[in-house]
Amino acid sequence: MSLIDLSRVSSPKLPRADGLIPWIVPLAIILIWQLACVTGFVSARVLPAPSDVALAGWKLLLSGELARNIWVSFWRASVGFLIGGSIGFSFGLANGLSHLSNKLTDTTLQMVRNIPHLALIPLVILWFGIDESAKLFLVALGVFFPIYLNTLHGIRTVDPQLIEMGRIYGMTDGELFRRVIFPSALPSIFVGLRFALGIMWLTLIVAETIAASSGLGYMAMQAREFMLIDVVVLSILIYALLGKLADSASRALERLTLSWHPAFQKH
Amino acid sequence: MQEALRFLSPGAVPVHRADFVERARLLRRSPEAQARGLSLTIRGLHKSFGDNEVLRGIDLHILAGQSVAIVGRSGCGKSTLLRLIAGLETITSGTISLGEDARPEDIRVMFQEPRLLPWARVLSNVEVGLGRERNSPDAQARAESALVEVGLADKRSQWPAVLSGGQKQRVALARALVSQPRVLAFDEPLGALDALTRISMQRLLERVWHDQGFTAILVTHDVAEAVALADRVLVIEDGRIAEDFSVDIPRPRQRGSAELAALEGAILKNLLEGTEDTSDL
Repeated sequence: MSLIDLSRVSSPKLPRADGLIPWIVPLAIILIWQLACVTGFVSARVLPAPSDVALAGWKLLLSGELARNIWVSFWRASVGFLIGGSIGFSFGLANGLSHLSNKLTDTTLQMVRNIPHLALIPLVILWFGIDESAKLFLVALGVFFPIYLNTLHGIRTVDPQLIEMGRIYGMTDGELFRRVIFPSALPSIFVGLRFALGIMWLTLIVAETIAASSGLGYMAMQAREFMLIDVVVLSILIYALLGKLADSASRALERLTLSWHPAFQKH
Repeated sequence: MQEALRFLSPGAVPVHRADFVERARLLRRSPEAQARGLSLTIRGLHKSFGDNEVLRGIDLHILAGQSVAIVGRSGCGKSTLLRLIAGLETITSGTISLGEDARPEDIRVMFQEPRLLPWARVLSNVEVGLGRERNSPDAQARAESALVEVGLADKRSQWPAVLSGGQKQRVALARALVSQPRVLAFDEPLGALDALTRISMQRLLERVWHDQGFTAILVTHDVAEAVALADRVLVIEDGRIAEDFSVDIPRPRQRGSAELAALEGAILKNLLEGTEDTSDL
């Protein structure tokens, strides 16, 4: 902590340089990779040069194929996430607030949780075929558990002293939830959110590689059929960027809602 | 005089000094403050947790606007008594009466921990103390004046996390004061503070008690603090009131004076007498 603070104090005039530091390592990797390919150290049949990958991306972009596939994958990811996330959040709230609900459903959910959801792919294909609902189902199922578990944990670990304080000051159940329980559970809910975002991409890519007729995963599989390694690498890089984007979005949301938290305070 | 004597109820433990001395002292306050405090009568109070009987018959009468300290060893039941008065526990048997017109907002508690909401700014934390009136249009103005009272008006838009321990406790005091309570119960409110902060907090507590005229009940393990702040010190032992000292020393009290030290010594001696083995004190 103190080291970070010191560096902030010593370089207050370089906020732009500060923002660039995290990108030094990825850029260096791309540079070394390009050099290795150009000098022939790595064969183009094993790993195409970054410039070739960029070229392949440019071609796909011009044909409209890239944008369409990214959009399809993005749509599947967000709809699946919204469905699974809201169900997980509701169960987390219900089981955190009500003992009856917890007794009724928690054991079942814990059993289901221990089934790797990707193991359901054969069954899901039999049920839904290879259309959209199969992908949405898998993403929703994968996202459900981290959100559920962390919401439940957040609500369970609310400081009982604060709840007692709320009661003394005459808060109703609704006010107690809004002013004490929910804000207190929020940091834990965000942990669940970020786990869920990771699982969301993982599930979607696996589902799209196995059973799909569009999307990024499908694009990568098609490229493999035709030995287009540059497109395969392009797909992988896009996954990395999309993952980073989702993570940045959740971090921004965290900073916005958790500004009270000492870990998010700017000095 | 006649009126003062009426406060001596038959079941109460007798107070060493005549009550009119206390009444006379309280008369020096503003008339508004005088009328605010509630008197408190406890009769035959028992409290058990399972088989463990914590309070074994407490009879007590506290005058309106009086400041009473409750001292005792840890586990003697002093905090339980306070929590029963504040309505945080259910009574096993006996009665606690605060007068017929007492409302839940009239009694407020301050704990050893400030118990502030970390996600609410200082001013919102104080507004919590208004109870059901926190949505009224003057809520903010009242919270601000409570913050002025504890000397933290400039911290109104800070997060609690950036305040020091003493400042947090002052915000908690402002939150307790904002609804203008008629009884204020303190459960070791200064227990977690360093020595210098403690002394300035004691002065602050004494001042707001004097200005606002609520009935103050202070549970503490610090006998010096009890004699510095209270009109009356109760020693609790084995779930009963073992001793009832009247602190008849005029305010403002000189910290470290011989009178206070003598009384403190007497109370400590009384506390230590209970057992042969003093190592567990």
